[in-house]
Amino acid sequence: MPRSIQNKSDRLIGKDGIRVDGRRLDELRPIKMEVGILDKADGSAYIEQGKNKIMVAVFGPREAHPKHVALTDRAVLRCRYHMAPFSTEERRSPAPSRRDMELSKVIREALEPAVISQLYPRTTIDVFAEILQSDGGTRCASITAASLALADAGIPMRDMVAACAVGKVDGEIVLDPCDIEDKNGEADLPVAIMPNLGMITLLQMDGKLSKEEFERGLNMAIKACVEIHGRQREALKNKYLEIERSMEEYGGEEQ
Amino acid sequence: MVKDMPLNVQRREIVIPGELLADGKYLAGANTIKEGDAIYATRVGLANIEGNRIAVVALAGCYIPAVGDQVIGRIVDIGLSGWQVDIDAPYPAMLPASEAVDHRQEHLKQDLTRILDVGDLIIAKVLAFDRTRDPLLTIKDQGLGRITSGRVVKISPAKVPRLIGRKGSMISMIKRETGCQVIVGKNGRILVSSRYPFREQVAVAAIYKIDREAHIEGLTDRVREMIRRMIMDASIHPE
Amino acid sequence: MSATPQLSPIAKMERRTLIDLIESGKRLDGRSPFDYRPIKVRTGIIEKANGSSFVELGKTKVMVGVKVELGEPFEDTPDQGVLTVNVELVPLASPTFEPGPPNENAIELARVVDRGLRESEAIGLGELCLIPGKKVQVIFIDIYVLDYDGNLIDSSALASLAALLTSRIPKYTVKGEDKIEAKGEDAPLPIKNYPIAVTAAKIGGSVILDPSYEEEQVMDARLTITVDKDDKICAAQKGGLGTFHPSEVDSIIDRAISKSSELRSKLLEAVKAGES
Repeated sequence: MPRSIQNKSDRLIGKDGIRVDGRRLDELRPIKMEVGILDKADGSAYIEQGKNKIMVAVFGPREAHPKHVALTDRAVLRCRYHMAPFSTEERRSPAPSRRDMELSKVIREALEPAVISQLYPRTTIDVFAEILQSDGGTRCASITAASLALADAGIPMRDMVAACAVGKVDGEIVLDPCDIEDKNGEADLPVAIMPNLGMITLLQMDGKLSKEEFERGLNMAIKACVEIHGRQREALKNKYLEIERSMEEYGGEEQ
Repeated sequence: MVKDMPLNVQRREIVIPGELLADGKYLAGANTIKEGDAIYATRVGLANIEGNRIAVVALAGCYIPAVGDQVIGRIVDIGLSGWQVDIDAPYPAMLPASEAVDHRQEHLKQDLTRILDVGDLIIAKVLAFDRTRDPLLTIKDQGLGRITSGRVVKISPAKVPRLIGRKGSMISMIKRETGCQVIVGKNGRILVSSRYPFREQVAVAAIYKIDREAHIEGLTDRVREMIRRMIMDASIHPE
Repeated sequence: MSATPQLSPIAKMERRTLIDLIESGKRLDGRSPFDYRPIKVRTGIIEKANGSSFVELGKTKVMVGVKVELGEPFEDTPDQGVLTVNVELVPLASPTFEPGPPNENAIELARVVDRGLRESEAIGLGELCLIPGKKVQVIFIDIYVLDYDGNLIDSSALASLAALLTSRIPKYTVKGEDKIEAKGEDAPLPIKNYPIAVTAAKIGGSVILDPSYEEEQVMDARLTITVDKDDKICAAQKGGLGTFHPSEVDSIIDRAISKSSELRSKLLEAVKAGES
């Protein structure tokens, strides 16, 4: 059962190896993914991971505006990570912060290797991630959802991108830290991979880790990314299976 | 897991980007990439195996012009020598005045708006397109030109082949059953025209149904059934 | 500085089809002129917010988060809480929205929703004062448009009201002159009125309610009338490049008053169902 942190000297991991939200050290938060929920976007996906609630939309490939941002040999990938004012405990200003700008960049760079952008020179592919509720690990969840949204938009990709973070909390390497663990932990290590190609597209570390801890953490994260990729595949297929299912129920009636 | 079995997927299975389709002496078809001997899907779609060629029939994606394509476009701007046309592609298309008039109508070129004005819809053909320049259109051929009546609807360009059907079977069936004139733009814009607004509605409903259910087998029968049911219902309960 | 917007490129034929349809009493999606699209209301989705809602009006989707924090009152109303409404037209909602600070459309939308709530005194701001002149509760209503398919005003107003109705705020006791202590329990916001915005659009010579995106692209003008629970008008806003005749305004007001009770019952029912 979840318990609340009274003060900083409280341990985040109980003697039984159970974390504040009841999870084991190597356990992911519950994840829910849905594809194609927005009408106006070319592709869209919604993800819930623990208390994180994130909506991502993709527009493109589309004409580059302004023209000078276009590249002659490939599409320009643009990415915007943005948090809703009501997404955090304390209301935050909707104006982009320096953190938002850094995250927009690393998210874009996590997706770039996967998108086959050479097919669409002189266009832009725009990815918008809106964090509706935030509880730690939003950049990873955004990457996972962005990859779904890109696939939903029919943009050719070498592979999907799945992301997950590990942290060091109370001396232990833990998987998918939530906000409290992030804020009070000793290290945070977000990772993104292209699962079939086995290549890392996002890797950051904030904090202090020994080489052994880093490698153990990285392996734990990669394993989780593979599991998350399985859920991505389910979510993409479900969009089409749902149509088949509702067709059988209603006999394909026109709404 | 995959190395022993060369073929990893079944026909018509839904695949996602990065999914391994086959590992062995296969040819890489549409929406796939080959790395060594392995062939991976690059888009969400249905796996299609024909002989030793593996391809993916994409279920989503934007329209990329190809020379010879028939498209339905909208005039968005007029320049000195032609019109800029929106064909719902990532590239704006150009219709030069010389591709809209023949030598007998040269005098019209003085005022392009007399031929086509902003907001007009046209059926056009793609004359030229490559990676370095925007698509060029023509409306000089038979059957091309300004649209004057009917309704234009939009579906995903990825579903257009399904709307046309094998050897045009699906589109012929819709035209026959609804009595409508239907002109399909490869860019996903479809013109439906009939003297009877209700028949237009039925054809439009059929087109949207195909857009939604393109990946499910038995579509032609289901669409035909739906059209017949709608027409019958209307005759029993005329509005 | 405000400038005439780029006219949305709608084909002349599509415009004519729409206008012809409306003049014959039917709309592109089969609705009658005064029908609203199906409305779905969900509340309590953002646990970190004091209140939240997700409203679908046809394909238009709006999310609202209500955050209540402690702050200082305005000088001219030292014994009242503070209400502020903000709108984000985020780029993911439409290919026509660009990233950046709120533009004139976002600001107009926020101010119209604000006016409806403020003039109807929907929130008992006087009950949100803790220490007059020093400490009050500040209500932030953040309207997040997620999918733009027309009529953002009505959907945003509905979503704001739904979020307010299901908000929980902490209770405080005042100790001495300037100390307050959280009681550790929470209570609903003091909601006194239920303003409902009804937007009409003029297309050709006809008037319709709840315009879709396509209808907004061809309309001459729009008129929003916000009506409170006593059928009093608490806000009005005309928008667009066209005009209204006074007689048209009269009939729109009548329509808005009758439509607002229908929408109000729908909303209150949905909120109650959600709470069970």
